[in-house]
Amino acid sequence: MTSWVWLAVALPLAGFLVNGALSLRRPDAKGVVSLVGAGVSVAAFLVSLGVFAELVARPPEHAAIVRLWSWLPVGTLQVDLAFQVDQLSAVMLLVVTGVGSLIHLFSVGYMREDPGYARYFAYLNLFIVFMLVLVLGSSLPVMFIGWEGVGLCSYLLIGFWFSDKANADAGKKAFIMNRIGDSGFMIAMFLVWRAFGALDFATIDSRAADVLVPGGAIVTAITLFLFLGCTGKSAQIPLYTWLPDAMAGPTPVSALIHAATMVTAGVYLVARTNVLFAMAPVSSTVVAGIGAVTALFAATIGLRQYDIKRVLAYSTVSQLGYMFLGVGTGVYATGIFHLVTHAFFKALLFLGSGSVIHAMHHAYHATHAHEDAQDMRNMGGLKRYMPWTFWLMTIATLAIAGIPPFSGFFSKDEILAMAFARGADLPVYYLFYGLGVLAALLTAFYMARLMAMTFLGENRTGERERAHLHDAPWIMTGPLVVLGVLSAVGGALNLPEVFGGHQALEHWLEPVTAPAAAFTRLEVPHGATEYYLIGAAVLIGIVGLVAGWRATLARPIPTARAAPPERGLALVLNRKYYIDELYDTIVVRPVVWLSRAVLWRGVDQGVVDGAAVNGMARLSQGLGWLGSRLQTGQVGVYVVLFLVGALWVLGAVIR
Amino acid sequence: MTEAVFYVLAVSAVITALLCILSRSTMSAVLWLTATMLALAAIYLLLNAEFVAAIQVLVYAGAVMVLFLFVVMLLNLSTVTIDLRGPASLAAAVVLVGLLGIQLAALWRYTPGRLAAEVAQSPALADPRALFAAGDLARREALERGVVGGVAVPLFQSYLVPFEITSVLLLAAIVGAVVLAKRRI
Amino acid sequence: MTPGMTLLGPALGLSAILFSLGVAGVVLRRNAIVLFVCIELMLNAVNLTFVALAQLHGASGQIMVFFVMTVAAAEAAVGLAIILAIFRHKQSVDLQNINLLRG
Repeated sequence: MTSWVWLAVALPLAGFLVNGALSLRRPDAKGVVSLVGAGVSVAAFLVSLGVFAELVARPPEHAAIVRLWSWLPVGTLQVDLAFQVDQLSAVMLLVVTGVGSLIHLFSVGYMREDPGYARYFAYLNLFIVFMLVLVLGSSLPVMFIGWEGVGLCSYLLIGFWFSDKANADAGKKAFIMNRIGDSGFMIAMFLVWRAFGALDFATIDSRAADVLVPGGAIVTAITLFLFLGCTGKSAQIPLYTWLPDAMAGPTPVSALIHAATMVTAGVYLVARTNVLFAMAPVSSTVVAGIGAVTALFAATIGLRQYDIKRVLAYSTVSQLGYMFLGVGTGVYATGIFHLVTHAFFKALLFLGSGSVIHAMHHAYHATHAHEDAQDMRNMGGLKRYMPWTFWLMTIATLAIAGIPPFSGFFSKDEILAMAFARGADLPVYYLFYGLGVLAALLTAFYMARLMAMTFLGENRTGERERAHLHDAPWIMTGPLVVLGVLSAVGGALNLPEVFGGHQALEHWLEPVTAPAAAFTRLEVPHGATEYYLIGAAVLIGIVGLVAGWRATLARPIPTARAAPPERGLALVLNRKYYIDELYDTIVVRPVVWLSRAVLWRGVDQGVVDGAAVNGMARLSQGLGWLGSRLQTGQVGVYVVLFLVGALWVLGAVIR
Repeated sequence: MTEAVFYVLAVSAVITALLCILSRSTMSAVLWLTATMLALAAIYLLLNAEFVAAIQVLVYAGAVMVLFLFVVMLLNLSTVTIDLRGPASLAAAVVLVGLLGIQLAALWRYTPGRLAAEVAQSPALADPRALFAAGDLARREALERGVVGGVAVPLFQSYLVPFEITSVLLLAAIVGAVVLAKRRI
Repeated sequence: MTPGMTLLGPALGLSAILFSLGVAGVVLRRNAIVLFVCIELMLNAVNLTFVALAQLHGASGQIMVFFVMTVAAAEAAVGLAIILAIFRHKQSVDLQNINLLRG
């Protein structure tokens, strides 16, 4: 089955082509599109299951490389278009195709009335293609194809309703910030080529110890540049501002791309190149530090956002910070574990909010009101009208807050515990631990705030709208149920020994993280320390939830229209610390000025048009004028020139 | 003796040439040139080219210059014209003639006297008189065949083709001159 | 050496001088006919060179003179015909005014 893994890529690609053709020819053939679009995704999932089953039956020591064709034979460099099937890529395969399929099914219901239905599924299928190429790539360039491709699909899907300029701008913002990160990825690739003479992961893993000096400048440079790519793709400081804006796209897109899969590509990259990061402790600390700071930073912003999707977007940024804290600390398997659990509960949260927004839209549409369907201040008390959505989202909230026995607790707690353990080596990790704990508190708080504002208390939507609020149809609620179950029991994937488990995922990924293990030694907390840490995590979670719940419902919440303007700290948080404005001033304006004044007027008009093009013409004209001056028509002048020539020849002969 | 005569003739040739190029009127320019040609004819005599000297007088001075005179008189150009060019031309003339003079002077080392001297200094070379062998031969042949025969026999034997081509050229020149000068074609 | 041979050097020198004078004349004069005259002067100088070197290289020198003279005659005929034709149009042989081929 492993050699058939390319089928998992080919099927969604076929889906893209079919749906794309349909979107151009027969955009209203929604039945076919649904079948093809969702069908190929489910088929890819089945292929992934097959691959996984084979790996379970015969766990290989080394990755199996499925070579499709030779792509770049350049001198001594040989880059093949090849897929690498090992434990890590199998996990990612399952997550991408599994959660992806659920979201495809959800989309069938959510996007039913959209005129761009076929186009949507075409793009969504294409995204699966690129994401799979990313996680299956056996070398950095192949991974980069997927990396860039998912950025493209992200742009296409964020700006899906592009007739509204704000959406198109959000798509552009995402793409451009991603590209800034991509330049880091490329520089890292050049450095790797320089050091290794090859770009495939097998070579990197096996020869890193020989080629690179641990802690040296080269490996630190490589990893820092790789991480720059990660900050772009996975929305960490400083390149995170595109993610909240990306909520302009359809909600299933936000669930798939900006929660479960694309944004986790950065974490996957670090896990894949774990040997390099393990050899560069400076870079790992940077990774962990930025992860921790981002986790807290984004959580604070989420406290004061009123758009339900914005809260979840900042929550995603924050949770990605946790994942980077994990891989930065050196526990790559735990980072991946959190990636998996996060995919479950964050997708659930997004899809749930999608159901809510869907219902709100219907309500406002029916009454011809023009309120914001995504503003939580217009919601409230929806528990009564949408019970399934409410209870499923509650499961996700408990998971994200880190309440046992839900999945989020196990992954988040382990990351924090290992960070604390690393503090014995590097005291700065105690600081990271503290930031992580604080962020966990705020996470619980704002999630409780979200649930309270949306589902509890009094309904603020309006008398007439209420009649139209109800749970989403089963095509949409079904996937939520599946995700709810996974969010609840997902912790079993990597149950630690203290709870009677066998750390299954970590052992499963051991062959992949082995190269890094040679360079790190981490003391797993035992006994009393471990219990204290667990207790602290649970306590934080409960305190946060309760505080958020009580604080939100303490006073009546005004509707969006009637809400008074924010003031003071609340204003700063609501305006995201004015970071967007800051970037605009220090980056965007200078670049635009540079482009307009220097590159356009100066270089393009002045040098290229003026000097080069027109200058050439003027030069030719000038030379021609000079030449014409020779043609005076006067014999005397001609004679003189003739004589000059003759003398010249004579001189040459005499010599 | 011959040398003295030669130098007299040479000086007169140079003077008449100068007068020719600096003369005011067209007619005098033509006439001074004729004088130069006659001086040159005499020099040819000194150089053992008797037939060429005769032809110079008959054809060059006698026919070509007369043609010039015909045209001058036909056009009835006013006799006093200042037709020297301006200072720019003077400067150009000085430069060009100067360069020419330098280059010609550079050829001085190839005159036979100096060549012979060079040859004499390198005994490896064969009999230096071999340099003059062709000239000697020509003179002896001329003595046998007579002055005219010395020129005519090579002309009609080795140089027959150029001779014929030249006659065609003259034909073309005749036709061309007639056509160009006609009032109405 | 025969008397002719001793004159070889001076004859070549004279030829050079006459040629230079011809060049100067061509550059300096505006009258078309006088221009022609100076060209004839140059041709004569060349003839002198040929004749002088005929003593060294044989009869071919004098034969070249023949050809030069013939060509000079043909050229003079045609050239003067052209000047005649121009004079009919412009009533002048001043070369400054003959510039219809100006570029």
